[in-house]
Amino acid sequence: MLDRKEVESKAKSLIKDSYSQKEKMKIPAQEMMTQDPEQRILNMDEVALGYTESQAILEANRCLQCKTKPCIEGCPVRIDIPGFIKKIAEKDIEGAYDVISESSLLPSICGRVCPQESQCQKFCTVGKMFKDVDKSVGIGRLERYVADVMREQGNENLPKIENSTGKKVAVVGSGPASISAAADLRKAGHEVFMFEALHKGGGVLVYGIPEFRLPKEIVAKELNKLEKMGVHIETNFLVGRTRKLQDLLDKDGFSAIFIGTGAGLPKFLNIPGENNIGVFSANEYLTRSNLMYSYDKKLSKTPQFISKKVAVFGGGNVAMDSARTALRLGAESVTIVYRRSKEELPARREEVHHAIEEGVKFLFLHSPLEVCADEKQKVTGVKLITCELGEPDASGRRRPVQIEGTEAVFECDTVIVAIGNNSNPLIKLTTPEIETNRRGNFVVNDETMETSITGVYAGGDIVLGAATVIKAMGQGRKAAKSMNEFLKK
Amino acid sequence: MHKILKKEKWSKEVFWMELEAEKIAKERKAGQFIILQLGGKYNERIPLTIADADSEKGTIQIVFQTVGETTHLLAKKEVGDSIANVLGPLGNPTKIEKVGTVVCVGGGIGVAPLFPIAQAMKAAGNKVKIILGARNKELVIMEDKMREVDPDLIITTDDGSYGRKALVTVPLKELCENEKIDEVVAIGPPIMMKFCAKTTEEFKVKTIVSLNTIMIDGTGMCGGCRVNIGGETKFVCVDGPEFDGHLVDWDNVLNRLGTYKSQEGEAHHKCHLDLKLAEGEA
Repeated sequence: MLDRKEVESKAKSLIKDSYSQKEKMKIPAQEMMTQDPEQRILNMDEVALGYTESQAILEANRCLQCKTKPCIEGCPVRIDIPGFIKKIAEKDIEGAYDVISESSLLPSICGRVCPQESQCQKFCTVGKMFKDVDKSVGIGRLERYVADVMREQGNENLPKIENSTGKKVAVVGSGPASISAAADLRKAGHEVFMFEALHKGGGVLVYGIPEFRLPKEIVAKELNKLEKMGVHIETNFLVGRTRKLQDLLDKDGFSAIFIGTGAGLPKFLNIPGENNIGVFSANEYLTRSNLMYSYDKKLSKTPQFISKKVAVFGGGNVAMDSARTALRLGAESVTIVYRRSKEELPARREEVHHAIEEGVKFLFLHSPLEVCADEKQKVTGVKLITCELGEPDASGRRRPVQIEGTEAVFECDTVIVAIGNNSNPLIKLTTPEIETNRRGNFVVNDETMETSITGVYAGGDIVLGAATVIKAMGQGRKAAKSMNEFLKK
Repeated sequence: MHKILKKEKWSKEVFWMELEAEKIAKERKAGQFIILQLGGKYNERIPLTIADADSEKGTIQIVFQTVGETTHLLAKKEVGDSIANVLGPLGNPTKIEKVGTVVCVGGGIGVAPLFPIAQAMKAAGNKVKIILGARNKELVIMEDKMREVDPDLIITTDDGSYGRKALVTVPLKELCENEKIDEVVAIGPPIMMKFCAKTTEEFKVKTIVSLNTIMIDGTGMCGGCRVNIGGETKFVCVDGPEFDGHLVDWDNVLNRLGTYKSQEGEAHHKCHLDLKLAEGEA
């Protein structure tokens, strides 16, 4: 395998001063270097190492700068993608950063965790011409490159803050929706208080997404930036319990509130034995490792269950994160059990690829019926049933149909349930008048993101159900925009 | 930061502290709890019940027994020191209603969270009878305060060093046999609550217990605190901490508490070595 210097010099040798459209198509798609799979499962460090300078320039030159710009349509926050890529090709990284910043606040995060292959890169003309989405321009990788260069250079241009409006605004939660809402509200000159229940800010970016996919230092920098902009971040403050939502409005002088509390109530399998010893929600399993550092067995005071054979249920990014975390924590064998087939896996393609490289096994077309346990209720296995794919369901994916008589026990000592989250119930529980749908998601006005309570807005997973960082960010910004209008009145 | 204003050592392993926690003191009601983390990257989050609070002074009181690493470290803190992270009040408050005669059973440090409940039950017009249980005389706590609520309170110890030599279930059964009891509130070690619920079941007396399970965030996010209640999965942090004792799947509660037993045992031992403490001494 080439080292970073070799990759850089190889890429550098391919750079030309100018390219015809035909020549652009001949530039090889640039792969990010990654930590060696055998090495990386022994540490928690980031797996993908990012482009070198010349790789980024080469990759940027693969963009045809086509007139139709279909990639922008695929971006939930409509970043001027060809615009920032052009700047990279011109070696103007600061310029590229400015273009991204017009639409996105968290490029170093989104560049890492966005499912680009089903968003911008899905529509890329280059990918279309090759009839292969993997040959699309590496938009996410370029976005990450720009953000990383700017961060490493210590460039911390704070946005301009308007003169004080004298109005106080609360932002509930500190995940991606809340971070973006807080930034835009602060920029408009309001005094912003961000309330986080945990002892550390960042929400799902900190407790959910592992270090090997999103280094916590990057999230800490984003929060630090907010604080430098003048946003007050109050940790250990659970709105609904520490203070009721209505009291913030009526008694504490807040003129408006944004709620971005996320999808924080794990779903379980709803099968017998789900509370046996060794069954964890992915949230618990990951929080112990990510937020509480249980992977550092010497220093962390939070214990992590010792596993030999792990079964992870689900097929999304959280399932991949759980499986890969279990490997890093020392499990001998980790299997992802998914009721559909490989094609339907909702996880980012790169995460599936990385999981396979690391030795995570997959058992497709199987559904759990019961968690088996010994007389002390310790997990000994899961009774599974084989499925086949039937007609498409409401989500458009083919529905798994159980095949009778195919029950068999899959032996394991640990079960991690990563089948999604329902909305966090606490605000609804303590603010009954706020309107929610049957899933517990807040009902909002599509245009303004306002909830059924005047002056209270919401965005992110509490509205969408479990979705993505970029969609949450987009909603946070959308809500902030209408809150800024509302606060002018 | 939450400054420790007062600290008392009630026994070798039991401590009482009064902390600054203005917001929690203002909102807190009987039956609720906090989660505390001693700062830094590596400290764990532990749930502790709120024994009492003073909303005017802006303080809360906690009572804890040194059972794990964090409680040992907490016991080492002195007046003037601060606790970095305190989240609360968590969980649903106790439902306080006038029902008639209420028996409050407290075991070990469970007496601490029981006190505000007993007080509120009395204030609501109930006749309150109290049973306090402990392993030995040294571990009987808050006797005087509890006696203010029920001058005839019954004390039991496992070794007979104080009060009756019996488990709390013995006087509880006698009370149920001798008069009409409308409700029982039992707070203590899970095994005690399990047997209190078993005792009252045959008399069909509603029995409320307060569960203290494994928990990380306390907001519904991790699900580590889940329990089977009447065949349904509930979260102690958002649905509890109080449940109908007759519906709790006690074996599961007890087994789940042992999830990390091997690691915790090791950590506890290491902690005694690091802090140079003898076992049984905090």
